[in-house]
Amino acid sequence: MTQKGFDKRLLGTVAVLTAIGLSTLYSAGKTDVPTGLDDIWQRQLLWLGLGAVLGAGAYRISPRLLEWSAPPLYGLTLALLAITLVFGTGAGTAAGTKSWLAVAGVRIGQPAEIAKLATILMLARHLEARRRPAQTMRELLAPCAIVGAPFVLVGLQPDLGSAIVFLGILFGVLFWAGVSPRLLLMLASPLISLLLAFSTLSWGAWIVILTILLITWRPYVLEGALVWLGNVAMGVIALDLWQRLAPYQQNRLLSFLNPEADPQAAGWNIIQSKVAIGSGGLLGKGFTMGTQKRLAFLPALHTDFAFPVLAEEWGFVGVTAVLALFGAFLLGLVRVARQATDPFSSVMVAGIAALMLTHLVENVGMTVGLMPITGIPLPFFSYGGSFLVTCCLAVAVSLRVAWESRNAGYVGR
Amino acid sequence: MNWFHPYELSRRAHVAGLISVGAIGVLLVAFFRVQVLASSDYRLRSEENRLRPVTIPAPRGLIVDRNGVVLAENVPGYSVALIASSPESLVAALRQLAPVMPLTDAEVARFASNFRRLPNQPVVLQRDAPFDLVSALEERRVVTPGLVIQAEPKRRYPVGEIAAHAVGYVAEITEAELAADTIRGSRPGALVGREGLERVYDRRLRGRDGIRYVEVDALGRTVRTSDVAATLVPKPGDTLYTTLDVRLQEFVARNFPPDTRGALVAMDPRTGEILALYSAPSYDPNAFIGGYEREHWAELAGASTFPLMNRATQARYPPASPWKLVMAAVAAQRGLVELDTRMPIPCRGGLQYGNRYFRCWKSDGHGDVTLTQAIQHSCDVYFYQLGLQLGVRNLLADAVRLGFREPTGVDLPSEVQPQFPASTEYYNQRYGPRGWSSGVALNLAIGQGENAQTLLKMVTFYAGLANAQGRVPVPHLVARAVGEWRSLGLDDEQLAGFRQALLAVVQGGTAAAARVANLHIAGKTGTAQNPHGADHGWFIAFAPVEDPSIVVGAVLEFAEHGTVVAPLVNRVIAYHLQGPNALPALAGSYHLVLPEDSAPEAVPILPDTAVMLPIRDDSEGLR
Repeated sequence: MTQKGFDKRLLGTVAVLTAIGLSTLYSAGKTDVPTGLDDIWQRQLLWLGLGAVLGAGAYRISPRLLEWSAPPLYGLTLALLAITLVFGTGAGTAAGTKSWLAVAGVRIGQPAEIAKLATILMLARHLEARRRPAQTMRELLAPCAIVGAPFVLVGLQPDLGSAIVFLGILFGVLFWAGVSPRLLLMLASPLISLLLAFSTLSWGAWIVILTILLITWRPYVLEGALVWLGNVAMGVIALDLWQRLAPYQQNRLLSFLNPEADPQAAGWNIIQSKVAIGSGGLLGKGFTMGTQKRLAFLPALHTDFAFPVLAEEWGFVGVTAVLALFGAFLLGLVRVARQATDPFSSVMVAGIAALMLTHLVENVGMTVGLMPITGIPLPFFSYGGSFLVTCCLAVAVSLRVAWESRNAGYVGR
Repeated sequence: MNWFHPYELSRRAHVAGLISVGAIGVLLVAFFRVQVLASSDYRLRSEENRLRPVTIPAPRGLIVDRNGVVLAENVPGYSVALIASSPESLVAALRQLAPVMPLTDAEVARFASNFRRLPNQPVVLQRDAPFDLVSALEERRVVTPGLVIQAEPKRRYPVGEIAAHAVGYVAEITEAELAADTIRGSRPGALVGREGLERVYDRRLRGRDGIRYVEVDALGRTVRTSDVAATLVPKPGDTLYTTLDVRLQEFVARNFPPDTRGALVAMDPRTGEILALYSAPSYDPNAFIGGYEREHWAELAGASTFPLMNRATQARYPPASPWKLVMAAVAAQRGLVELDTRMPIPCRGGLQYGNRYFRCWKSDGHGDVTLTQAIQHSCDVYFYQLGLQLGVRNLLADAVRLGFREPTGVDLPSEVQPQFPASTEYYNQRYGPRGWSSGVALNLAIGQGENAQTLLKMVTFYAGLANAQGRVPVPHLVARAVGEWRSLGLDDEQLAGFRQALLAVVQGGTAAAARVANLHIAGKTGTAQNPHGADHGWFIAFAPVEDPSIVVGAVLEFAEHGTVVAPLVNRVIAYHLQGPNALPALAGSYHLVLPEDSAPEAVPILPDTAVMLPIRDDSEGLR
């Protein structure tokens, strides 16, 4: 493989983000109270080393091989997810869930993370064969099924946050594969209906709007009726679904709506996170000097709430810089997807971009109170082996796609 | 249409880029709002998060006597407390401390229940911990991070029991008081004056607590204690300068007959300053310090001798013979009698009035006596007739005018109101308009009947006789603006006459044996009959009679040793006026003739304002 065509810009962005992430983890270990996180950045460095080695390997794999291996990889991760569901264990703040796969008591990883990548590959392989964008709901059944299986398996763990990522991937990939916004909206409408069902008024208004839209857009009668009925059904079962949620999930959603209702328990995380972010101000308190962090007011500061550590110590300036880097990273991925030599690579990279965007919005939005709290990591920042390795692999295959397009003469080197 | 067409791809890449940038833009706006617009709010909240105010207790003001001798002071003490996150961790930490601080299971259970009540506050394990325990615990601070050892000034009363009733004591604020927020600047663990001067002048003594800040972590454990924020320095309480003379007080306590209940008050009649105030039995106010105040209080309050009661201001006794001076004063003020006035019927050992015979305490009779002689020998028959001449209506009105229905207004807490009928309406209601006769005047005239006064009230009346203006002073322990003194309405000549008559009591009357050489003491004895046992003895005296500078009154319950009342009072006077070396003249054995000033018939004292009368059954009922 030639060095020419290597996308230095994308890797450079990732390298800077990773470095900032590592420094944030280093700072997260500097607390005034024992948290056992002193060496967390070193452990993350080890995982990064593993990710780099695996990424270098993935960089050498042709997209053709990936395309070929997508179904077995997908099947394998589904099997892993199924095993996890039966034998999995919980950890840390989510001790009650079954998201970890352990061998002889040693936790080796969270299959949900690698399943995201496998699902992207499987979706890409499915969509590359269909150059004509899907026109009907019926044509969307297959991609929905591909995403649906891991979605259900992860949702049963239960890991709502990761399950939502699968939805982000599905919609991102379908959009990239030319599915019209109308169809996407019809696909998403039952979910919207579910969300709005907590208020009868808003739900009723939504049903009226949907009916008008369906009449205007004139899909197939059967599909239109199914979509409409699906929306109504969601509205009806919403309450039942709510009651099936675990109490901690209910509390998370309720405290998202009103954190001050129970500031010591359910609202604690979001309140302390916002206090950390807000007290950082414009310029921050200085590297490792965040008081909210030092005194352990910030919960899960090495995983879910790593970003508030950065926000507290570097202020709005630091937040802007990091978000700008994430923006550059996402735009870089989109560029790679656009310049890809073949539809499989293109969809794959688009899926990776959707994955990253969903993680970013969900995690960072959560820390500032825009999103409900779901335990979902921030790429390159949060401590976590499986996810870091997944990110490294995702970056590696993206770099490979970029290399392909440059060496194929698709774009200038 | 092919979605992989470069044109289509770049169109969607454009949209995808916009979506990404838009999402990040929304996040940036949210961060801008929190970090820039609302930054000061959140900064404040982060300070509130990590900084906990810790009270620096203000040292309580000293209480000193008139010569600057300390009656109440502060000594360094240490309190030991524990911060825990749950009852289980509290119990675990206590177990960890067991080698140096052994606790019973009951104590551990009590601490756990304290914790459940106030989970955010340190559980106080021991107030006033001994120094070796503090140093042993200090070594364990590392293994038990929740341990809080704080210097806390504690109260000490150097003279202890001697001035307990005057000085009072302090105790920790109760939860009920905290909840009611009736005490300004209250906080858990604050010391509040409970009795005596400590209570009355609590605000002045308390000062203002300071505040320092400690940095705490999310579990409330202290991380840093110094230099985290500015400290508010405590303002110590004011020193309370009292009129007490601790040497005199000590003398009284030392000479008070042992195992006797009663009280003694010494006052400067010219100013109303209380020089000594002693109530027996006394208690040790130091025993209330250190967290056991409630148990100790319950023990004292349950004691049959009621040591917590200040018998000078909170107990009422029939005033008995000392009351005769009140009668003489009001009669003289009305112009009914002069000092040499004789009554129509001479004393033959009793007086027939209506269908009843009222006896004099001396069955042989005193013969035909003047007012001076009647006072000197405490002749009941003379005062029966004086009471009749005054009439019930006038008698009641004049006594009420002189304040015998009101407390003295002394600056001590819970002073009881004397019991005395406001007017004849009382008898109308009690017995019906025709159910009583003017015979009640006979009882009232000799200080029996429906009449119960505090020792302090009677002493202030004698102070009025003793001072030059003939005004009843308002007694006090701390100089302050007081109300107007009541005038007895007597001219100088009458006052001088009464003083001479009272001098005669000591020189050759009922208290003759209590004479002190070189000292002219004027006084009046009294015996309140007690159906349950020995009589209560009174003696109130002032000296020197030419220009009285001290008035001392004492009452002894069930004075089995009733003969000691007058000598005790006179020794106190002698000690005050002549110093500690003037006592030999008194050192011999005394025989004091106490008049049996009997009440003619049993008249119950009615619960007019029955506040705090624990000895009611024993000592106040009259035969």
